[in-house]
Amino acid sequence: MDFSLSEEQQLLKDSVQRFVREEYELEARRKLVASDIGYSEEHWAKMAELGWLALSLPEEYGGIGGGPVDTMVLMEELGRGLVVEPYLTSVVIGGGFLMAAGSKEQKTELLPKLAAGELKLAFAYAERQSRFDLNDVECTAEASAEGGGDSYKISGHKGVVFHAASADKIIVSARTSGGSRDADGITLFLIDNNADGLSRRDYPTVDGLRASELEMDGVAGTPLGQVGGGAALMDTVVGQAIAAICAEAVGCMDVLQETTNEYLKTRVQFGVPLSKFQVLQHRMVDMFMECEQARSMTYMVNLKVDEADKVEREKAISAAKVQIGNSGRYVGQQSVQLHGGMGMTDELHVGHYFKRLTMIDTMFGNKDHHLKRYADL
Amino acid sequence: MDMNFHPEDLAFRDEVRKFIGENLPNDLREKVRRGLHLGKEDFEFWQKKLNDRGWFAPHWPIELGGVAWSSTQHYLFQNEQVEANCPSVMPFGVRMVAPVIFTYGTDEQKQRFLPPILDSSVWWCQGYSEPGSGSDLASLQTKAVRDGDHYVINGTKTWTTLAQHADWIFCLVRTSSDGKPQEGISFLLIDMKSPGIEVTPIITIDGSHEVNSVFFTDVRVPLKNLIGEENKGWTYAKFLLLFERSNSLTGGLKQQLHRLKTVAAAELSGGAALRDDSAFAARVADYEVQLRTYDALELRTLGKTEPGAEASYLKILGTDLQQLASELTLQAVSYYGNPSIRDALVYGYNEPSIGPEYAAPAAPQYFNYRKTAIYAGSNEIQRNILSKAVLGM
Repeated sequence: MDFSLSEEQQLLKDSVQRFVREEYELEARRKLVASDIGYSEEHWAKMAELGWLALSLPEEYGGIGGGPVDTMVLMEELGRGLVVEPYLTSVVIGGGFLMAAGSKEQKTELLPKLAAGELKLAFAYAERQSRFDLNDVECTAEASAEGGGDSYKISGHKGVVFHAASADKIIVSARTSGGSRDADGITLFLIDNNADGLSRRDYPTVDGLRASELEMDGVAGTPLGQVGGGAALMDTVVGQAIAAICAEAVGCMDVLQETTNEYLKTRVQFGVPLSKFQVLQHRMVDMFMECEQARSMTYMVNLKVDEADKVEREKAISAAKVQIGNSGRYVGQQSVQLHGGMGMTDELHVGHYFKRLTMIDTMFGNKDHHLKRYADL
Repeated sequence: MDMNFHPEDLAFRDEVRKFIGENLPNDLREKVRRGLHLGKEDFEFWQKKLNDRGWFAPHWPIELGGVAWSSTQHYLFQNEQVEANCPSVMPFGVRMVAPVIFTYGTDEQKQRFLPPILDSSVWWCQGYSEPGSGSDLASLQTKAVRDGDHYVINGTKTWTTLAQHADWIFCLVRTSSDGKPQEGISFLLIDMKSPGIEVTPIITIDGSHEVNSVFFTDVRVPLKNLIGEENKGWTYAKFLLLFERSNSLTGGLKQQLHRLKTVAAAELSGGAALRDDSAFAARVADYEVQLRTYDALELRTLGKTEPGAEASYLKILGTDLQQLASELTLQAVSYYGNPSIRDALVYGYNEPSIGPEYAAPAAPQYFNYRKTAIYAGSNEIQRNILSKAVLGM
């Protein structure tokens, strides 16, 4: 057992912390969030230059060959900064799919570009009826004569596709056979963002990101991985994404816990700092314990996310997501409460972390969903 | 013991329903039902309708415009309105400052200030909290210094709800620094058009503009705008706080439950309605049981003539439930809690909704309702009050 960071990981952590300190003051973030594209291309180039985009990608395709723990270190610090660049969707998810299932040609063409910051990816999976079931897919794909067997036409609706507008290519789950909610018969496709037949409605999200609704009418797509084998692939990569957002959530929670602690020590009411009231001391201790539990489960899931035993792996993923849901809810809500009226203002950063934590619970299945999944495994 | 409404109560309830049916326009009902933005004109419209019927200030003394209702009738009246999606009544004039004026004000103050509250021609806001005085309200620092027949006011009030619409503000100000902090506070009525008042918006985490900062720089207020005695304002402030905290929440909670059930019936999970998902159904049932408990608790307190300690526990339990219902609704809409389009919260938004129409208010309401455990004396302060006043600790 060893839970210490390697020298490289510590350097990475320091480097992300410096970036956040220099680029992510609340005011600077506010401007980014309000800008046309909702993030910064300069930041993206810098993330490529610092090697963060290459971190988890294989060395033979221009990557650094890091593992889940390296991604965890990076994501935690991005969480601390409430960073809005599309790292999760492009590298963790998009890169994850390419690594897990891309053909030699796809990897050769796309992974080096991803590592160099020249390619962004998004993942379209949710549908109006699907709720959190990745296999509840009604979008359809039919083999098209034009492409000589490797080209498909995809039709249907995908909802709340994060960072679709900024992506060059979008990975879409669609049904090539089977009925709604069958695990068999789902295929993942790569489509171009400017493809014929694709229309997008873009909008901001409550936590400062961007997302889109996609309408597809015979959009040309190339399969990514085995035709009909999309369900297992999604389990793998979404599992990795969950491990990564757990780390992001831990970063958010730690900031809230530290800030609230500091606030209680400085805010004077009834002639003493609020930190002198036992009821608030206990509340702070509970917040602190939630942070520690969330961090422990985040380490655990990132060490088990590549575990070969499927049940063991999936249980670890769902257990971590449940704990993150519980801890994020408590720490987020109590941080607002203990800041009183100030916690309610857009001006203070507390509310922004609270909102991000709230939406992380929804992402890839909330606490209820993962409890049920855990019980069924 | 008897927990049934008497036939005359039920007849009264039907009368209220009939009135609402005849007077509440569809578009206004829709705005409230869907949780959309309400403008000043929406509140005014409904308040004037109520006043035309003589029902706007039922808890006032009869000679001033009140109605001789039993506490059960007050309860029914308030909750029927909420369940029928009527706009709420803006409390700052009719429910908050008016009882202070008719209890402690001079005859001249009553004649001057009460009629415009009744006909909704004058809009009030509340100047209590300050940047340095939240839970510790008595530490407030906004100063009022006598200068001839005026006070001169300097200081800052904050979290002032809807000050952007207000014509007048009732303020707690410091007129003395001697003795205990509570002993140097006075209760002043101030015209918002006075030179030296500046109102700046505070945007909250849900993106809305409900609250403001109000800055006072050498604002001159006639001495005759003082309520009661100088340095006795704390007594009037506490009297008012009891009214602020004793607002019945049952109707609003039932409305939230209704909205939650509508969403859970429409949302799908695993090919069936979300309401049939056993885990979610259990959460909704648990909420509903807590709501019934709250309702039973509130009914038990109805017989009391003046709100007392029960106002504190009703505030804690009621706001907990407000928050819980908003949280469950956000969970119910799942991914469609994400889109954030402010205009989608305005009635008459012409674009098709993103996802289901009911999803748009879910996240803003959840974020906004965090305030309920903070305002009107945080729930921590309410617990302090209960431990002292009821449990003698």
